[in-house]
Formats: sequence, structure tokens, C-alpha cells
Amino acid sequence: MAALAVRGLEKRYGRVTALGGVDLEVGEGELVGLLGPNGAGKSTLVKIVCGLTRATAGSATVCGAPAGSLAARGAIGYLAELFRFPGWYRADEVLELHQRLAASRGGAAERSELLDLVGLEDVGRKRVDDFSKGMQQRLGIAQALVGSPRLLLLDEPTSALDPAGRRTVRGVLEELRRRGIAVLLNSHLLSEVELVCDRVVILSGGQVAAAGTPDELAQARGVEIETGSGLRTFASAAREDAPRLVAELVAAGESIYGVRVLTTTLEEAYLEAVGGEGS
Amino acid sequence: MTAVLTIAGYALREALRRRVFAVLLVLTVLFLALFWLGARQAFAHPPDLPPVGLDATEFAGAIVLGLGMFAILFLGSVLAVFLTLGAVRGDAERGLLQPLVTRPVSRTKLLLARLLGAAFVCVPYVAVVNALAIVIVGRSGGWWPDRLVTPVLELSAAVLILAALSLLGSVFLSATANGIAVFMLFGAGLVAGLLGQIAEVVNSHTLSQISKITAWALPFEALYQDALNRITADASGLTEFALDLGPFGGGRPGGSLLPLYALAYLVVVLGVAAWGFNRRDL
Ligand SMILES: Nc1ncnc2c1ncn2[C@@H]1O[C@H](COP(=O)(O)OP(=O)(O)OP(=O)(O)O)[C@@H](O)[C@H]1O
Ligand SMILES: [Mg+2]
Repeated sequence: MAALAVRGLEKRYGRVTALGGVDLEVGEGELVGLLGPNGAGKSTLVKIVCGLTRATAGSATVCGAPAGSLAARGAIGYLAELFRFPGWYRADEVLELHQRLAASRGGAAERSELLDLVGLEDVGRKRVDDFSKGMQQRLGIAQALVGSPRLLLLDEPTSALDPAGRRTVRGVLEELRRRGIAVLLNSHLLSEVELVCDRVVILSGGQVAAAGTPDELAQARGVEIETGSGLRTFASAAREDAPRLVAELVAAGESIYGVRVLTTTLEEAYLEAVGGEGS
Repeated sequence: MTAVLTIAGYALREALRRRVFAVLLVLTVLFLALFWLGARQAFAHPPDLPPVGLDATEFAGAIVLGLGMFAILFLGSVLAVFLTLGAVRGDAERGLLQPLVTRPVSRTKLLLARLLGAAFVCVPYVAVVNALAIVIVGRSGGWWPDRLVTPVLELSAAVLILAALSLLGSVFLSATANGIAVFMLFGAGLVAGLLGQIAEVVNSHTLSQISKITAWALPFEALYQDALNRITADASGLTEFALDLGPFGGGRPGGSLLPLYALAYLVVVLGVAAWGFNRRDL
């Protein structure tokens, strides 16, 4: 059973259509990146999945349970785009509060393990008020992991993190993959998504504009061969075609000076999918 | 149940951290000091020749304690409203609510927990300050109210009703707008009560009807009036008549249906709040 299955999901706010019929699936233990320009509907989708917002039409199920139900909420961990913990709570008290609400039996061991995982092991007894924004975000990630959720929803978890923090989060995501926890990751950081995600879904204007593995999206765009008579491009050719093309050209009496297999980066694929918005 | 208590404790801790709480404690001490001075003055100067049939001690005691009960209702309501006015929209706007409501706890329970958290603070507050007021009146003038327990229960219920109204408002209004709205309701209740007193003096049926309807629509007022009525439940004759004229004296009895009505009102207000909260996009 999929950790998350979204079918024909629609959400309208008055006249604004935030989601216009989205299909999306996150398999058990799969790490899926959700990309898209500002206002594409990424946060809206995640909010519906965790029960903060109600869909206008369509369905979303978490491990088989309808999104928003107690069973579905019991299976997720969520880090909101904008969130705050009460400033007078200490970091470990925040986790303890969420352990109680999630009915986790992890106790102090779970708390210290989670603080360790996000690199807050030394400040567990500090108050949230004294935390920097990035430290709060790390705590937010630890909070989302309380109770070993089966599906983790992270809405821009690294927006306030320094480069070391981003690397920590990448490490956390890889660790989650080892543990078989499914993750839906909203992000604007394409390089990050490319590095860790099994699959990428690109939303644009509330619709899925492209989906696939990072490699599929960064597909071949032809082969470029430098010959004595100039540069020749074979747009429909793939990497496997290169030896044959070279052999044919040599047989036709051309001299070959260089061969390049052209690929798009995820960034190019993204910009193409969203129609160059934001470029 | 664990979840409800956890959230109630969370709300409680938030309450105790708020500056409002400290301000309210200072105000309460000030109020009690003034009240003590006032009570001593009221009993120190009895009328030279009280009208025949007027129990001057009871008259002074009931009016002073009635005034004190009004202040307690007001302070208790301030407390209740400040503990609940941002429970839904206010907290959601600050990003505090989202991590909580995505946990497997129903929103209805969350709302009940917030009411419980407010009750944990407000009911003891009302009980203690009311007991102190009674002792101050008793020690100053030797007058003790006719009923001790029911009035304090009624004041507590009145405060809880205001807390529930404020929770309901918090589902739809931002914290500031909600605070203003609830205190406008409080003011409306107060005006209705005064209208009722005036109606009795000038013997106006229309005025009396308006006041009655408002008191039932905002039953914290009816509860306060009934509590006032009970502290002089055994008064009779001229004393009773004189008390009925004053703003803080007699108070109108709410009738035997009042407790049931107040409970039903509380349930309905919470029900509408839960319905709105459950449908709300956060
Ligand atoms: N509560 C709301 N009321 C009205 N419109 C909303 C609301 N929330 C979101 N929208 C609209 O829905 C659309 C999608 O918003 P959403 O927050 O899901 O975008 P996003 O992809 O997360 O963008 P970003 O990258 O900026 O976080 C936007 O047009 C936004 O204006
Ligand atoms: Mg967003």
C-alpha cells in the first residue's frame, strides 16, 4: 500500500484554484521531491494531506486512511512552512509534548536520539526563545520525527538552514530512507532534491507539470559531434547512438574532433516544465 | 484523555507565562485592598436613624459584597477571555497551532482542553477571591451572606460561559477583534442588568422584557443576578425592597431552570465552536 496516494485532488479558495486535479503517489519508503514556483500549490497539497485544510474535490489517503482522519494523522510527521513553538519551552519539552500527543512510548531515549539526529544535542535544555531560526527549524524536523511516522511531510525544511545544516538534513533524509520512512519534500533547492530524492514531481499552477526520477527528467537532448566541416547536432539521438553516428560519419569521410552527449540539468527540466517562470 | 490533559496543561503553562496574569494578580491585590477599605467605611457609618424594618447591616453588607462580586466577575472574565481569545485563529496566525492540530487529537478535544485549561485557572481564582471578599465583609461588619456555595458556583459558571464565547469567537476572529467582541457582549450583559433594575424602579414592562431577553441571551448576566439574589435570600420586608432598588443589591432570581439553561447554553456555544473549528482551513 502506498504511503500516500493523491487522486484528482482539487482545492479552491474562493476564485483562486490552488490545486486543479493533482495525482501523486509516494510509495512505502520512497523519497519524493515536490517542486514548483511560488504559489504552485505545494503547501496546499501538503496541508490537505496532514488534515489542516479540506480538499474541494478528489481524495488523499495516508497508508490507506483518508487524509485528516485520526489514523492518517497518527501515521504522519509534519513540518510546516511557517511554524513556531512556544518560546518558554525547552527543546526537549517540545519533543515531550509531541510524544504525548502522538502517544509515542519513545521516552527520553527517543528525545535525545532525535536531538542528536538534527544536531541539537547540546541545546536540548535551552529554551526555544533563545534559538536561532535555523535551530528552530532543526527542532521542527526533530518534532516531525517524533513517534516514528510512516510518512514525513516536510514543507521547505531547509529554508533557514546554513550549508552545514542542509547537509545535516540530507544526512537525516538518507537515514530515513534506510529506515524505510516515506518522505514528501517541498523545496526550492533543486540541487538538494536532485541529490536525495528517488522521484520528483513538478507542480505548476496547481497541476502536475512533470514527474519522474531526476535522471528521467534530466533526459538526453541529443548528441553533438564536432567534425571537420563544423559542429553537427543530432537532436533525437541518445547516448547509445553515439558510436554508430561516429562510425557513419567516419565512413562518409568526415574527421571527428569531439563527441558530446547533451543532457539537461534538473534545473533546465524544471524551467521547461513550469514554462520558464521565475527565470 | 491524556491528550486533553496535555493540551490543557500546555494552555495553563502559556497562561501563567503571560504578562496578563501578573497584571491581573496585581489588580486583584489592589482590588482587595480597596474593597477592605470600602467595606470598613460602609459599616463604620450606619444611618443615624434607619427606617423601621430596614436591617442596616444586611443592607450595607449585601451592597458591598454585591459590588465585590461584580468586580470578581469582571476580573475572572478578563482572565478567562485572555486565556482563550487566541485559541484558534490567533494561534494559527502565529504558527503555534499547526504542529498541534496535525497530531492525532480531534479538534473538538483540543477546544475542550482549552476550556479546561481556562477553568483550571479561573474557577480557583473566582473561588479564592470571592472567599476573601466574604471574609472581608464579615470581619468588617459582622454580616455574612445567606448562601455561600451556590453564588460562587454561579460566578464560576458565568466566567466559564464567557470563556466559551471567547473560544467560539477565536474560531472566526483574530485575537484582537475577538477580545473586543467578547467585551462588548460583556458590556451588553451589564447594560441589560442595569436596565432591569431601572425597569423595576420605574415599573416599565417593555424595559423589563428587553432586560430579561438579554439576560437569557447572555446568561452570565442572569447567573450573576441570581448569585446576587442568593446572598440575601433570607432578607424580607423593607430590607429586601431597598436591596432590589440598588445596582448591586437584590438581583433578580434566575429561576430553577437557570442552571440547566446555562449548561445547555455552554454546550451549544462549544458545539458551534467545534463545528466551526472542524470545518476551518488552517
Ligand atoms: N488560505 C488561503 N486563502 C486563499 N488563497 C490561498 C490560501 N492559501 C493558499 N492560497 C493560494 O493558493 C495558491 C497556492 O498556494 P501554496 O501556498 O500552496 O503555494 P506554494 O506552492 O506552497 O508556494 P511557495 O513556494 O511560495 O510556498 C496560491 O495562489 C495562494 O495564493
Ligand atoms: Mg509553500
